Amino acid sequence: MIDIKISNFHLDPELCLDIQADDSCGGTVSFVGTVRNETKGKKVLRLEFECYESMAVKEMKKIAEHCVNNLGVKHAVLHHRVGILSPGEAAVVIVVSSPHRDAAFKACEYAINTLKETVPIWKKEVFEDGEQWVSAHP
Amino acid sequence: MRIKLLAFGIVKGIFSSSELELEVADGIRVEDLKSRLEQLYPELARLKSYFIAINEEYGQSDQVIESDDEIAVIPPVSGG
Repeated sequence: MIDIKISNFHLDPELCLDIQADDSCGGTVSFVGTVRNETKGKKVLRLEFECYESMAVKEMKKIAEHCVNNLGVKHAVLHHRVGILSPGEAAVVIVVSSPHRDAAFKACEYAINTLKETVPIWKKEVFEDGEQWVSAHP
Repeated sequence: MRIKLLAFGIVKGIFSSSELELEVADGIRVEDLKSRLEQLYPELARLKSYFIAINEEYGQSDQVIESDDEIAVIPPVSGG
């Protein structure tokens, strides 16, 4: 099962676990990426995420399909938040499950690492004294 | 031909808009479009990298652009 979502609202890790629950899977690995309250010692007030939604969904689907078709997991759930987020809020939730844990650990790490490289979503950090698009410049 | 580019993230700031219309040669390739854009907006060349997406897929540098393609300028992504 593959479940992809881009949402303007609060992400629910519990729901992501529930929707892929499967008695044949003995290993479930989840990753929740949350907004950090500082970058290089500077206090972060909020993050503003935007995305190229139609392409982002396609790229997230490719990641999930690779997990299921090549990395041995049965289920892959990838949910990403957009809009304005405060420190502590979840920006991304990934849940994968497989009959045995090894595949799930590997697939979860692959999914978050690849998402950060290929999925067209951008975040702007807003500080007390300015703002910047993350990773835009060398 | 006239093409329309979608801009995201920092590129919206560089274009001062979320869309840009541009007159280009018929059959222009991705790498030529990038050169053209960098002449008009030198700030693009100072980004860590950027890609041109065609119809929601990353374009190859020698890929030819058609006037009815959906074209987007993709600065370094930073989701997650």
